Amino acid sequence: MSKINFLKPDKENLNTFLYLGSFLFVISIIDVFLNSFFSLNITGFLPTSLSFLIPIILGFIGLHFIRIEHSGYKFLDQVNKNINTNNFNAILSLLIIFIIIKSIPPVLSWFVFDASFAGDSKDVCSGTGACWTYIKVWFRRFMYGMYPNAEQWRINLSFIALALLGSVGYFATEKFKKYLTLYYVVIYPFIAFLFIFFFISGGPIFFDFSYGIIAAVISIIIGFFIPGRFKFYYFIFVPITLYIALKYFIFYEELIELGKLDGLNWVETGAWGGLSLTFIISFFCLIFCFPIGMAFALGRRSDFPLIRYISIGFIEFWRGVPLITVLFMSAVMFPMFLPADFFIDKLVRCIIAISLFEAAYVAEVIRGGLQALPRGQYEAAKSLGMGYWRMHIFVILPQALKLVIPGIANTFLALVKDTPLIFVVGLLEIVGMLNLAKTNPEWLGFAMEGYVFAAIIFWIICYAMSKYSYNLEQKYKTER
Amino acid sequence: MDLKLQKIIPQLITVLVVVLVFGFFTYNAQINMENRGIDFGYGFLSQESSFDVQFSLIEYDGSHSYFRAYLVGLLNTILVSVIGIIIATILGVIVGVARLSPNYLINQFAAFYVEFFRNIPLLLQIFFWYFAALRALPLPQDADAMLGVFFLTIKGLYVPAFIWENLNVFLYSIIAAIIAIVVIRIHARKVQETQGKQLPVFWISVGLIFILPLLSFLIGGVSLSFEIPKLKQLAATSFKYEGGLSLPPELIALTLSLALYTATFIAECVRAGIQGVGKGQKEAAASIGLNPNQVLKLVVMPQALRIIIPPTTNQYLNLTKNSSLAAAIAYPDLVLVFAGTALMQTGKAIEIVSITMLTYLSLSISISILMNWYNKKIAIKEK
Repeated sequence: MSKINFLKPDKENLNTFLYLGSFLFVISIIDVFLNSFFSLNITGFLPTSLSFLIPIILGFIGLHFIRIEHSGYKFLDQVNKNINTNNFNAILSLLIIFIIIKSIPPVLSWFVFDASFAGDSKDVCSGTGACWTYIKVWFRRFMYGMYPNAEQWRINLSFIALALLGSVGYFATEKFKKYLTLYYVVIYPFIAFLFIFFFISGGPIFFDFSYGIIAAVISIIIGFFIPGRFKFYYFIFVPITLYIALKYFIFYEELIELGKLDGLNWVETGAWGGLSLTFIISFFCLIFCFPIGMAFALGRRSDFPLIRYISIGFIEFWRGVPLITVLFMSAVMFPMFLPADFFIDKLVRCIIAISLFEAAYVAEVIRGGLQALPRGQYEAAKSLGMGYWRMHIFVILPQALKLVIPGIANTFLALVKDTPLIFVVGLLEIVGMLNLAKTNPEWLGFAMEGYVFAAIIFWIICYAMSKYSYNLEQKYKTER
Repeated sequence: MDLKLQKIIPQLITVLVVVLVFGFFTYNAQINMENRGIDFGYGFLSQESSFDVQFSLIEYDGSHSYFRAYLVGLLNTILVSVIGIIIATILGVIVGVARLSPNYLINQFAAFYVEFFRNIPLLLQIFFWYFAALRALPLPQDADAMLGVFFLTIKGLYVPAFIWENLNVFLYSIIAAIIAIVVIRIHARKVQETQGKQLPVFWISVGLIFILPLLSFLIGGVSLSFEIPKLKQLAATSFKYEGGLSLPPELIALTLSLALYTATFIAECVRAGIQGVGKGQKEAAASIGLNPNQVLKLVVMPQALRIIIPPTTNQYLNLTKNSSLAAAIAYPDLVLVFAGTALMQTGKAIEIVSITMLTYLSLSISISILMNWYNKKIAIKEK
């Protein structure tokens, strides 16, 4: 055995260093472990400050000893490469390991072991842990807001139906694949609207709105048969005309009768709330902000200066103000801009405001995609004799949208995370309901449980969305 | 149809639609205001506001004007944003660099932090800190002093106040130090370009920034003392701290959650920026004999900053706009003071909401103009 230099561990005395180093390292881990799980202090005989530092010192020396390059042991080399490259990294790794070991017992005991699950009153929550009973008792309120208990199956049924209809894309055969875009862009939102309108609300509150949707759908369907050069003018005039005609001349009475399904009580939007409202708002804003954003992205790159300036103004305006002021505007300022007898529901105003706001962000994202396309694509499309709309629909947008999938997903994530802001106009989704429940005199003092519960739900939704968008990005990644 | 007409008609139609919509809105607004007996005008700004604000940087009470209240709100917004930006930048840079660390534990820890805070709505985080975490703090009488002078209690954070004498001399000395550093830097660059010698600019700068203010203490008659907060009993069970500076819990909750949330985005920008510098650049720099410090300073950082700065400025803007969530926990920022209380009192919805929006708008537009200018300046000039 050659001379041992403890400052420079080398391969010559590999076994000595390895045994000594891993022994010290394990000792330090065991010390922290016992301390945190069993509150035993095996170094209690030392002065407090030294006893506190001893695991770090021991662990540090241990890691220093086992830092031997090309030792021949695969595992050791892995460890050294990953957590033990130099003294500084060794200390950081040790600190992180200790923090994890230290934080497991309190977190576990708060979440599980000391928590109370049983019962349905506050009395069971006397322990030091979380009071999940509170969540259990208030669960329906957090999910459905003030929606009457007896009617909540309507929300469940609608969401299940919509989820099933939404998953059609997965099961579609090759034959139907080409209709999927039409289905998702036009038919699915329409069905979703009908569900929410007839089923969840159960009454003719959104009526003006539904005329608009019917007019839009009819005009889009007819639009397929209009020759290309008139399409622009057609889409500007016909939907509005149809809307006015529908509203004032044709089926007014009949549609109202049609709007009332027998046996369903009308639930006003003020009573909607909880997580289901988060979903409803995110869903509708997502549907509306995408086409509006696309229109303004095209407008901003248009050759017509006036259209370009209007688009720039629109986008920069919405991007420059916080959402909370937009909601303020929709609550206090917008009603002033409408005729006195014209009433728009609070929820609808909210959806319009959020959609316009997010549309500006979507527009910027899509513009990024349009700019990233090489000029050759535009020129090639034009040289084939395609017009503006044909070129964009068949050549430019499919490629540009593929490029911006991550950006769009981020915007939608931001949208979902922004929904709690609707408390400004008095609508209470899950965070709002939490704040309401927390002030209930019978259930004071459980704010923490509520916020943790909501945070977990939002985290799961947002994390799943971001992972899904990452997958989409990988799937549509085309080599160029 | 000739080409010119084809170009004009769509524009005309769009403008017509926009004008019609705006006309419709103004017409309705006029009628509505007439019906309700409200007149349009900004005269109310000079009227007495007659409401109080909890926390204000400038002198303010109910006898001041609405414009003063607006300023109070604006300053509070700026205060939160500036503190939040500083903390978020420091944290974001640390986490962003940590995510690129070869140490598996460190980069997983950083990744966990980013994924965790990014995916929870900001409002929820603010509520969590304000209603749950800060409510668990001790009462004033039970609070332990941190480092002997800071007191973190349920009523806020109490820190020692600085009491300066001849503060302006001190400030002048700092300004002088900065000017001296700039001059030395320019000189050093000239020396390097002409003679190829490198002066120890960094150490000279550090020396200057310490020595000049120190001199101001020794010669200039500047003195600094601290006023440490003291516990005072108001009633049998009611205590409060007097003296020193007190930061309200609303401010702490807001800055903390804004900084933690925005730091995740800044961390991602920093990571993307450093990753964006090609490996070849570092190897090339090393192969011409630069030492690791020089590689970082002269090759990697300038290129990484070019990628990092634009999205980071965007995040700063987002932070400033998100600070409007203060209204949810009653921190008196622009939205709460002006668009909340002042609006309730005057009922001038259009004027107040438009002023609030314009304030935020001019803030963002001025920053984005600055950003565009900067982008143009640092863009790689390709031939």
